[in-house]
Amino acid sequence: MASPAQRYYLPARQREILNKILVTGIGVFILIVFLAPLGYMVTTAIKSTNQMNDPTAPWYWPSSRRTFEYQGKTLEIYLVPTESGVRELAALKKTRTGVTFVDPAAPDPVPIEWTGNWRTDLEPAYTPDPQWHNFADAWEQLKFPRLFLNTLIIAGFGTLGAVGSSVFVAYGFSRFNFRGKSALFLVLVATIILPVQVTLIPTYIMFSRIGWTNTFLPLIVPHFFANAYNVFLLRQYFMGIPRDLDEAAMIDGANPLRVLISVILPQSVPAMTAVCLFHFFFAWNDFFTPLVYLVSKPDLWPLSVGLQNFNALYGRQPNLIQTGALITLVFPVVIFFLAQRVFMQGIVFSGVEK
Amino acid sequence: MATTSVQPAAPTGAAKTKKRGPGTLERRQERWGFFFISPWIIGFLAFTLLPVAATFALSFTNYNPLKGEETHFVALDNYLTMLSDSKVGTSLLVTVRYGILAIPVGLAFGLLLATLVNSRHLAGKNIFRTLFFMPSMIPVVAGALVWAGVMNTQSGWINLILEAIGVPKGPDWLNDVWWIYPALVLIGLWGLGNLMLTLLAGMQGVPSELYEAARMDGASGFQQFWFITLPMISPVLFYNIIIGVIGAFKYFDLAYVLKNGTGGPADATLFYNLNLFKNVFNYNLYGYGSALAWGLFLIALAVTLALFNSSARWVYYAGEGRS
Repeated sequence: MASPAQRYYLPARQREILNKILVTGIGVFILIVFLAPLGYMVTTAIKSTNQMNDPTAPWYWPSSRRTFEYQGKTLEIYLVPTESGVRELAALKKTRTGVTFVDPAAPDPVPIEWTGNWRTDLEPAYTPDPQWHNFADAWEQLKFPRLFLNTLIIAGFGTLGAVGSSVFVAYGFSRFNFRGKSALFLVLVATIILPVQVTLIPTYIMFSRIGWTNTFLPLIVPHFFANAYNVFLLRQYFMGIPRDLDEAAMIDGANPLRVLISVILPQSVPAMTAVCLFHFFFAWNDFFTPLVYLVSKPDLWPLSVGLQNFNALYGRQPNLIQTGALITLVFPVVIFFLAQRVFMQGIVFSGVEK
Repeated sequence: MATTSVQPAAPTGAAKTKKRGPGTLERRQERWGFFFISPWIIGFLAFTLLPVAATFALSFTNYNPLKGEETHFVALDNYLTMLSDSKVGTSLLVTVRYGILAIPVGLAFGLLLATLVNSRHLAGKNIFRTLFFMPSMIPVVAGALVWAGVMNTQSGWINLILEAIGVPKGPDWLNDVWWIYPALVLIGLWGLGNLMLTLLAGMQGVPSELYEAARMDGASGFQQFWFITLPMISPVLFYNIIIGVIGAFKYFDLAYVLKNGTGGPADATLFYNLNLFKNVFNYNLYGYGSALAWGLFLIALAVTLALFNSSARWVYYAGEGRS
């Protein structure tokens, strides 16, 4: 059996460094490929619609064709191969058999004649030209402030309800004994597997009967009754908090509600933050529920539905669609980066324990 | 809150309460317990149990909200229609096709990422973990549009790269009845953050003695992965397969956004859930939709149970009887 040292003739330290470079290199490569669509999004978001329809334009960077003002006319500049290398010349007159060029550097001497098919043989010259106004355009056409506010209302109140109610329920399941507790908890966890469709139609009928369709209420109110994921995570966390403090507070005459507020919650900040973030992101991304309940009320649309509709309307301006996608994803991504540690721990916590 | 009436008198002293007889402490515990879980119980009854029962009842009627007065009991008609409705067969096939491709590819990619970000040779592990996870936080609609751009046949980067490496005409990802599935699977890779993190946590939970022993016996890196890591994290894999199966039956957002809810090309994205949605909200067939929902429930349940049954053979639970 060959020990590693016999198989490789490199000293351990060098081998270590080599491995590090190799693995990190592979990691960087996968990461670049994985995130490349974001690069596409960012560069396309500031391209012009002309560039999107121009097959010879550079694919990577927002550019426009270079032009030259000559005797009151705007001439297009081409890359023309000549004996003295490739020159950038402005096309004065284009015909089927050739082009008459002027040199932008010295326009007044004799025009330069070139023969050949300019459509196939010549490449236009481009200059970087990011279209920053795309952001203003998309912002306006998407009615971004309105969508953003709607999303914030839905996600904000939903989070409040989901976290508040889940804390209560998780506390009940983690600290009290009552008949049928384990059976009820099993039912709670089993609701995770229940497909939403099975409850959708009657719920929809009910909400439309009481006049809640085309309002925010169906997107907010149901979350005030706790849900399995949040309760599960919080219960696990609460169970890990030693009971000594609860009992001490109880002896001092605190009732369970008081204990929850002044003993349990202050110790559960990480779990609470994780649950808040989960629900916030869930509500921010939810597409199906607002589609069902708000279709005919564009004024109340959240970003998800608004962006989908924007896509359906602006299919001819793929650049603006990327701009819209970009401004829509900035907010959640920034929040994620700010809170990533708590957030990712929460996922592991709820995902692995199950 | 009305429920506060359940609240017992403030516990002024254990002696006092004890006088009320045995079991009082337990009863108080019980009352408080029910008080705290009451939001969920009310919600469960109102938004789960009752609707599930109502869906079941509706599935035996021809209820259509536009023709409310014509509603009547139709026995098993809706279920019989399902059997002969070619869209149902198509949507099931679409869902299965997608699931068979997406679940293994997703797991493999998740394993690859988790192994990578778990490697002791990787510099800056936390940065990699965060960045590989980050696309999961991108709203599905925005992500779908970004990918639709990347997969565009003219200006999309994928086909431009294919062209650069000598494939002159790349696939029309989103308009071809076959390429649409790999396209959806690719887009789905952006949502694998949770999978990566749970697998990673599973890998970190494998006792290092196992690897040390294997190395002593001369096991290669791949053998260690195959014979130690995989069996040891099989509960996490199992959990994620279940999530994947349920996800395939719930699949809706991406298909809807990419093809504007048409189910095209040629019904290739007519997922079960999309078909249900169209029957209910486009054609107002609430009764039939309810039957479709119950059909979905039963199929998903059957698949889940089958997986649970098979799990005894391939899922390894270490330690004290976690099941």
